[in-house]
Amino acid sequence: MTAKTTSDFSPADVPDVQVKEVRKYFKDVKAVDGISLQIKSGEFVALLGPNGAGKTTLVEMIEGIQKPDSGEILIQGKSWRGHEDELRYILGISLQETFFFDKLTVLETLNLFASFYRLGTERIEYILDLIHLGEKKDVYVVHLSGGQKQKLALGIALLNKAKILLLDEPTTGLDPSARREIWNILMKLKHETQTSLILTSHYMEEAEFLCDRIIIVDKGKILASGTMDDLLAAHNGSHLIEISIEKKLSPEEYLKLKAIQNLQWDERSGKGVIPVRNTAKDLPVILDKIKQQHLTLKSLECRRMTLDDLFISMTGRHLNP
Amino acid sequence: MKRPLFQLILIQFKEYYREPGIIFWSIIFPILIAWGLGIAFTNKGELIKNIAVVENSAAPVPVLRNFLKDAKKEVVRRDDQSEINLEKRVDEGKLGTIRYNFMITNWDNAILLLKRGVVPLIIEEKDGKLEYHFDPMNTDAQLTYLQVSGAITNSRLVENPADIIPLTKKGTRYIDFLIPGLIAMGLMMSTMWGISYSLIEKRAKKLLRRMLATPMKKSSFLISQFLARIVLTTMEAFLLYLFAHYYFGITIEGSLVGLALIFFAGMIAFTGIAIFVSARTSKTEIGNGLINAVVMPMMILSGIFFSYHNFPKAVIPIIQVLPLTMLADGIRSIFIEGAGLHELAVEIVTLSGVGIVFFLAGLRIYRWY
Repeated sequence: MTAKTTSDFSPADVPDVQVKEVRKYFKDVKAVDGISLQIKSGEFVALLGPNGAGKTTLVEMIEGIQKPDSGEILIQGKSWRGHEDELRYILGISLQETFFFDKLTVLETLNLFASFYRLGTERIEYILDLIHLGEKKDVYVVHLSGGQKQKLALGIALLNKAKILLLDEPTTGLDPSARREIWNILMKLKHETQTSLILTSHYMEEAEFLCDRIIIVDKGKILASGTMDDLLAAHNGSHLIEISIEKKLSPEEYLKLKAIQNLQWDERSGKGVIPVRNTAKDLPVILDKIKQQHLTLKSLECRRMTLDDLFISMTGRHLNP
Repeated sequence: MKRPLFQLILIQFKEYYREPGIIFWSIIFPILIAWGLGIAFTNKGELIKNIAVVENSAAPVPVLRNFLKDAKKEVVRRDDQSEINLEKRVDEGKLGTIRYNFMITNWDNAILLLKRGVVPLIIEEKDGKLEYHFDPMNTDAQLTYLQVSGAITNSRLVENPADIIPLTKKGTRYIDFLIPGLIAMGLMMSTMWGISYSLIEKRAKKLLRRMLATPMKKSSFLISQFLARIVLTTMEAFLLYLFAHYYFGITIEGSLVGLALIFFAGMIAFTGIAIFVSARTSKTEIGNGLINAVVMPMMILSGIFFSYHNFPKAVIPIIQVLPLTMLADGIRSIFIEGAGLHELAVEIVTLSGVGIVFFLAGLRIYRWY
């Protein structure tokens, strides 16, 4: 038997992943509450949301590890029921926080997983090279650093030239350089193959850097979906003006200041945020209003909105509390 | 390209020999138990008896003083009291040599020694006579009384030594009883901890679900557990036997095929139970408790260290159907009674059946993810 490769499957017009009205409830928690989405071939998609948003449950249902209570999941047009053996060859996965065998070396761990896919040593050597663990191949897994363990988990996910990759928080807990290393491996994959990727994360930079499309999930539902620009455009504005005032505001001053469109004022910290579409046009208007009130600005900052800002304006909560 | 089953077995061997703790607990420790208990309960050389003596210098008893005249003297300081130890060996003929340690002390200290279990018997010189103080319910104290009083008055305990035929032949010693039991217990421990605990740990570490998210077959995974464990338990049992053979001269009297089959049936039984025990939990602490709940009662009840025939009559039939009892009795009958294959057919079939039932029940409720 030879390893099945990407080209064996699916005409291009069938989406790699289709999720239709999927629900999964645990006792009184609605982990996934009616989510639908599609991933096109070669698309990199991030599921972004705070802890407990339902990302892992959703991903594990796509991976066939958990079963949805209702709804349908199709991988290249095929459901898990009856196609399990076939679909296992298409997917490459990395779970949130997997531990491998402590006293096996990196190479032995790869050998074991390669044997499940009937892969030869050539592929293992390629993967060792790709994840930069060639020098560590004879080190016991228990002695690897956090970043090296995550790279090993990624290497195992990539072993079988998966058509669809599902990575559940692949960089959580890593330092920026280790994170960057994993991003580079994934970017290389994006440029060289037609692999699709679903990645869960609560790092917005990660989602922004790697993915074509971002799906914001909270409390088991999709809040928004699209490219970074789509998400910002759909909102009140794509930029933010942040102001803070020297003195405490009187109630009248506060009311007048509130007349500024979309101002979100935090009285305690004496700071306000105004989402705007066009900073050059909107900034003078705001400054005028402040001048009229004879208020003195303590600080003024204009910047592009981040996903965290977007998440706050949608839910009132931070992405990473 | 290597086959998954081969890889799955190979990694278990690697996990085994790379962990010094496993080597110690599954190979060295059983040998140490066999050695320790074998020495303690096998009459090699002397029997030691400690006796407290309260002397009365005003009215010494000549028969005792004469008896102790040629004893080896040693002064021992114990706490704030000084104690004189007199060591005396008496040859009891076919019963071997008894070494008496007479601890000459005062009454208070003698009682203390009795309470602490150092001595079972106090001899007191009182009004020109010897008085023996001991608990009549304590069989060891009674025997010591009979032996020492006989030795002091120079009349042997046993009137007719010709009646005594010492059983020091192979097969009748305590160690002959012990080793087959230890082999059975080793199989149970190795299988229960080696399979149950490692499966629960793999579930806890999410390694089980990671492996199942590949095309790996569940059947290959389970078969690999069984096959690797057979090799390991056989090796452990063989090393224990080797030690017992060279150190205590233990041999296998009965059918080797029977031994192989009952060992294999025991593997099926305990693998099945191990799979069942590991079926649900993903917490290693709970796994610990579950495994102990299975192995502890059998360790105590199944007659590994001492015969279960001292338990009340009503529970003996229950004890006899415990898998470990069947396995230990089976192996023991091959080792020391020279049993053949046909005498063990019932045990072999029952053990295999028990294993298959637990295995199937375990599979039905198994939490793979």
